[in-house]
Amino acid sequence: MALKTGASFVRINALRHAVRLMSTNTRPEAVQNGVKIAEFPGVKAPYVTEIKFLNENSYDPIPIYRVLDNNGEVIDNKEEPNIDKDNLVHMYKTMVQLNQMDKILYESQRQGRISFYMTNYGEEGIHIGTAAALSPKDLVFTQYREVGMFLYRGVTVTELINQCYGNHEDPGKGRQMPVHYGNERLNLVTISSPLATQMPQAVGAAYALKRTPDNDRCVVCFFGDGAASEGDAHAAFNFAATLECPVILFCRNNGYAISTPTNEQYRGDGIGARGPALGLHTLRVDGTDTLAVYSAVRRARHLAVGSNKPVLIEAMCYRVGHHSTSDDSSAYRPVEEIQKWTKEESPLQKFKLYLEQKGLWDADADKSWQKEARDTVLRTMQEAEKKKRPNWREMLEDVYHDMPPRIHKQMQEMEQHLKKYSEHYPLDQYES
Amino acid sequence: MASLVTKKSVLFAKFVKNASNNSKRLSSHFIYFPDNEKPVQGETTKMNMMQAINNAMDITLKNDPTAVLFGEDVGFGGVFRCALGLQEKYGKDRVFNTPLCEQGIAGFGIGLATAGATAIAEIQFADYIFPAFDQLVNEAAKARYRSGGMFPCGALTVRAPSGAVGHGGLYHSQSPEAFFAHAPGLRVVVPRGPIAAKGLLLSCIRERDPCIFLEPKILYRSATEEVPVEDYTLPLGKAQVLREGDAATLIGWGTQVHVLLEVAQMAEEKLGIKCDVIDLQSILPWDEETVCNSVKKTGRCLISHEAPLTSGFGAELAATIQDECFLHLEAPISRVTGWDAPFPHVFEPFYLPDKWRCFHALSQLINY
Ligand SMILES: Cc1ncc(C[n+]2csc(CCOP(=O)(O)OP(=O)(O)O)c2C)c(N)n1
Repeated sequence: MALKTGASFVRINALRHAVRLMSTNTRPEAVQNGVKIAEFPGVKAPYVTEIKFLNENSYDPIPIYRVLDNNGEVIDNKEEPNIDKDNLVHMYKTMVQLNQMDKILYESQRQGRISFYMTNYGEEGIHIGTAAALSPKDLVFTQYREVGMFLYRGVTVTELINQCYGNHEDPGKGRQMPVHYGNERLNLVTISSPLATQMPQAVGAAYALKRTPDNDRCVVCFFGDGAASEGDAHAAFNFAATLECPVILFCRNNGYAISTPTNEQYRGDGIGARGPALGLHTLRVDGTDTLAVYSAVRRARHLAVGSNKPVLIEAMCYRVGHHSTSDDSSAYRPVEEIQKWTKEESPLQKFKLYLEQKGLWDADADKSWQKEARDTVLRTMQEAEKKKRPNWREMLEDVYHDMPPRIHKQMQEMEQHLKKYSEHYPLDQYES
Repeated sequence: MASLVTKKSVLFAKFVKNASNNSKRLSSHFIYFPDNEKPVQGETTKMNMMQAINNAMDITLKNDPTAVLFGEDVGFGGVFRCALGLQEKYGKDRVFNTPLCEQGIAGFGIGLATAGATAIAEIQFADYIFPAFDQLVNEAAKARYRSGGMFPCGALTVRAPSGAVGHGGLYHSQSPEAFFAHAPGLRVVVPRGPIAAKGLLLSCIRERDPCIFLEPKILYRSATEEVPVEDYTLPLGKAQVLREGDAATLIGWGTQVHVLLEVAQMAEEKLGIKCDVIDLQSILPWDEETVCNSVKKTGRCLISHEAPLTSGFGAELAATIQDECFLHLEAPISRVTGWDAPFPHVFEPFYLPDKWRCFHALSQLINY
């Protein structure tokens, strides 16, 4: 966050330099180049004799790192990440798979097959770029709009769709609403609806990893521009910095939190500006550019794992879809706005053009993979629909590790009840 | 009083939208019994509960220039559309979006009330009220007491959609009334339909104590009544007897009132008995007099709520009733509630204290 280079700010910069050169002894004030430097316990800073308020315009905006332009061409060749060809193709195919899953599951909710859904349109590059840059061992906390992360790590379309149906093969045992995925084997912590709660949790997890001998893992935590307003977000930033945790706090700034646009969510230079203010290494990146996200996360991971430096990444993007199946965004944003981001800034399109230019992909390959991806989802859905829901007793399992007598009694009460009144309950839809 | 409600046996289209094999799961678990007695004379309009709440806030914003309405996504009407059109009507400085932060919303509301404004805060879902728990329980509830009456924040009303909706899972279904019922200083209110919602919300807004108004979200669109157009209030701290009998007292609030009304009807048809059905309406402070008079008359009591059994508000009612009505009781007080587990998604039909569970408990209560 460069200070603006107006005359008065040049002076402040010079003072900063002086502060940095200061010795560490605890005189209440030091003198450097004729400037008095205060040494309060809370802050080391120069004294001045002029009142000058800082505001959001005192600093240049944090720039947005990108690798690809809108035509999928690398802007600066030395910034092109070195990703092997198979992986590049796998990344793109995963994005397409995600996209097809979104289209079909969204529709399936409209048809009443599942109760709820959230799409990821416009943010595919964030999921895939991040996933590809991490070690599979890194522990990931997601918010809910990051299902590409799950797909890339190897969670199957079947596992995801089973969750949405809440059938007996749902690893979450039908307890949560659709899109609340989790996968222990692949280090993907189960999603929880209350916003931002995952953030301080991720920092705590990172602290635990840091204390593990020969740690080579970090934690990644996704959150939205809206979630960033919660108290938990501040706690996470502050804990990450003061406790020096190997964590990447990854903000998907997609312009909206349901209907609330970012200019009613925050003032100042986005979420990124909070990073340096709280002592976090901070980078802003073009979230529609998969390669930029990849490089950003790789470097962030290096800082986190290598030297326990917490990192804040703010990925700029646009929520192309409605917030969820419960939302109709035409009530609060113009259609033209959506079109701009669908056409010119599509992460899928940019990445596809990049692959085509490298000779790794073409129209035919695209057509057949789109179809295959679509067929996979449709087939899986048909199968998922046939599977029964879990045994109703799962309702009372896992509340505690060992079922306390009181809950056991409630289970027996319900068993008796269902014996007598079975015809009034949809028991045939549940495993017995 | 027995004619206060009539049965309206339509299943709500919105909740039976599901394709064939799912229809049972998403079908509504109750029948709505609309009020047919008006609290005031005069013109009425057909309103659902969302519209009735909108109407109460409209009346407030029109008559009270200090009143403001705010919360997450409230600007465009809120996710349940209760504030629809109010920003256009009263301007962005009176009806507005806040940043996404419940503790902020509650604290901001307390501040408004402290400085003399009328604050109507919306929490998007009652399940998300917990970040505001400190502001509500430690601040709002105790503000009058700790300041010797100098700085109460009675002009604060916090509205939040609550309760089962058919497919809400853990975090779009909870009924947190008992948590707040443990905080002396707060008022906690739950309406059962449009007429009650309008009158009770207007009372909460004008009440000199901070109020938490929990709106059963399944009723927003599905519950429709002829609601008086003019300004009226319904008393806080008062229960309503909706149906009268001598065999047992059935107590509930919110959506559960309708389950109990159907159970009372079933009991009449199948068991040949008549029951008092009481809508508690005010959870804190609650109407001991109405409840205890009824139980003294019937000698049997069934309490039902969606929230889990252990430490649910039914526990408080049962303890007080046994204290006040001990010699009148013919059977132990029965509680039919959600189980002691988080609110589950696909198991909702098994989790809810539905009419069959209530009916069964009532049969046992009668035959004790
Ligand atoms: C504590 C809490 N408050 C409110 C909500 C309701 N809610 C769900 S998503 C959402 C908006 C989140 O926006 P953002 O963080 O920007 O993520 P996006 O949906 O844009 O990806 C809200 C308000 C919630 N889930 N949790």
